[in-house]
Amino acid sequence: MRLPTTSRPHGRRLPGLVAGAAAVLVLSACTGSAEDAANDEEGSSDSAPVAAAGSNDESGDTVTIGFSAPAADHGWMAAITDNVRDLADQYPDLDLKVATGTNDVSLQISQVETFINDGVDAIVLLPFDGAAMTPVALKAMEAGIPVINVDREFDDPNAARVTVLGDNYGMGVSAGQYVCEQADGNEDAVVAEIAGIDSLPLTQDRSQGFEDALAECGLDVDARQAAEFTVESGEEVASQLLQAEPEIDFLWNHDDDQGVGVLAAIESAGRDEFTMIGGAGSANAMRAIQDDSGVLKATVIYPSTQGADGVKLARLLVQQKAMGDLVEVEVPREVQLYAPVVTADNVDQFIDTAFES
Amino acid sequence: MSEHHTHPSVENPVAPSGDTVRVERAAAEPERASRGSGLMGGSFGRNLGLVLALLVICAVGVVTAGDRFASVDNLVTILRLASITGVVSIGMTFVITGGGIDLSVGAIVALASVWATTYATQSMANDTSWLLLVFAALAVGAACGLVNGVLIAYGNVVPFIMTLATLASARGLAEIISERRTQIVPSPDLPDTDGIQGFRDFWTADVLGVPLLVVIFALVSVAGWFLFNRTTFGRRTLAVGGNPEAARLAGIDVRRHTVLLYVLVGLCCGLAALMFIARTSTGSSTHGTLLELDVIAAVVIGGTLLTGGRGTIVGTVIGVLIFSTLSNVFVLNNQDASTQAVAKGLIIVVAVLLQQRLARRSTTT
Repeated sequence: MRLPTTSRPHGRRLPGLVAGAAAVLVLSACTGSAEDAANDEEGSSDSAPVAAAGSNDESGDTVTIGFSAPAADHGWMAAITDNVRDLADQYPDLDLKVATGTNDVSLQISQVETFINDGVDAIVLLPFDGAAMTPVALKAMEAGIPVINVDREFDDPNAARVTVLGDNYGMGVSAGQYVCEQADGNEDAVVAEIAGIDSLPLTQDRSQGFEDALAECGLDVDARQAAEFTVESGEEVASQLLQAEPEIDFLWNHDDDQGVGVLAAIESAGRDEFTMIGGAGSANAMRAIQDDSGVLKATVIYPSTQGADGVKLARLLVQQKAMGDLVEVEVPREVQLYAPVVTADNVDQFIDTAFES
Repeated sequence: MSEHHTHPSVENPVAPSGDTVRVERAAAEPERASRGSGLMGGSFGRNLGLVLALLVICAVGVVTAGDRFASVDNLVTILRLASITGVVSIGMTFVITGGGIDLSVGAIVALASVWATTYATQSMANDTSWLLLVFAALAVGAACGLVNGVLIAYGNVVPFIMTLATLASARGLAEIISERRTQIVPSPDLPDTDGIQGFRDFWTADVLGVPLLVVIFALVSVAGWFLFNRTTFGRRTLAVGGNPEAARLAGIDVRRHTVLLYVLVGLCCGLAALMFIARTSTGSSTHGTLLELDVIAAVVIGGTLLTGGRGTIVGTVIGVLIFSTLSNVFVLNNQDASTQAVAKGLIIVVAVLLQQRLARRSTTT
């Protein structure tokens, strides 16, 4: 509670002064390279929005950020926290407090309350349940601590200063468009879908996007089953779905973690007449796409870097910086990440950011 | 102790209900109480309800999905998916008949699978025999069972609580060992994985077209039936579950027997972990999530009394097949999981009601 009241006004005044100073420096040093100008400033804390590219990464005032996410019981979720930790190592001005991952909503609420009491500068929150975490996020915002909402949205837009979202609907669209492209006008193609947990809005969004994109080329989903995002459920559902559909042309599996099980079922059924598309973008899936030896030909990405993106934005927000590539002088209110299709052609570009199952 | 729950009228209509006589009968003649008259009589009546339920589900399958349901491939798939739940359910039948319960089976499966595959994917060099994997899984399963059993029998911890504690801690341990990552056993196609390749070749093999997993399920069922109905161990299990005090007076070491029961189900979990690795090619801390509920449901609709003292292996096997077939029929008809869950609940109630009806009729006429 004490921290923000003492450091905040100070933090607010300083960038203004620095902005002025930096502007003078940049102007006076316009014969030198921009890099020099940035180097000159080092030690004088912040750099202004007008400063040279890359200056956002320079050290500024130390920023204390609280991070809380669900339990890492899944390759993707584990990668979220790993990426956040890696980021903290890269920025010496980042004092990161990582709460233990939990699927217990009341525990996550108390973690956020602790962050508020500790007076952190910002809170990055990937809620286990967005609706359940909304009240405590509002409380943090009211206490003057900006909340960065990641992946699972709050109920109330006022509960977050910045929202970083993956694109679940877009994943479905990307997968559907890829199918349309490969089907190449064949309107009789049999399309199967293995979804994630059906009760989650994210699964419904993915399926909706898939359906909508398929409709564009006259296709629809012939068989659809939900699994549980686990290897076991993926294997179980896939082995029965393969029995249900003796001939499949395309199979979209929402999640590469459960995809390990789906592939095991396909292998043991000895089926290879179709093209499989994955989801989320695990390193395993990408290696399989690279090998190009099995049915898995593509995967649509749901970035596991969004927690780290949230922290990065929180740091900029507190240090009163903007996003360098935008003309806008404030950090945007919402950032939605893109869901590209990864195939053998572009896998090299993505494999480094992929998560291990 | 559990005298009130054994339903003397259903079990043993001729037995006088006086305490002393019941005690003697329970200890001396548990075999008769359990088997009814072999496959006929009481247990036949109970199993008839289940067989009917299974036939109804199959009929629905044939009507709605026709050839796709009745194909050999599909029936093998049903059996293959039933096999893991089946193996654990056989072990669970013993524990429940013996008056206990094991809520930790799913977690033990996860721990054993992770332990074994961590050897395969990390610690175990490729030149180590894959038998080490098998040994690791079985040993971990048995060890967990031993911990459960000893604390329940000698520490007097209530089975429900003890195995609830194991449920939490075994899965936690599995998460720590695997770092919550899926441990993938390399595919046989990859080079330099000779040791592990032997493992997958073996476990994913067919015996005359029947997957090894199904063969294991069949062998475990037969062994379970024999152990349950034809050995002293089976008779003692019934006695211990029916009336522990009487069993003690009859000279049975109740505590030691209880430990053995939990070790037995633990071993089944170790075996199930290997079957999981065969099926999914992975060990994972998420394996066997909620397996305990499927297993207990199968055992209970199979006709095993949750309070102990009565059990049937045949019923358990049919119970497992009912759920597996049900899930298959739903997937073949492209129905979602929620409807399936509702149907599952209905089946449990209807099957239990049917069993009680038929069992009463077949024992009173």
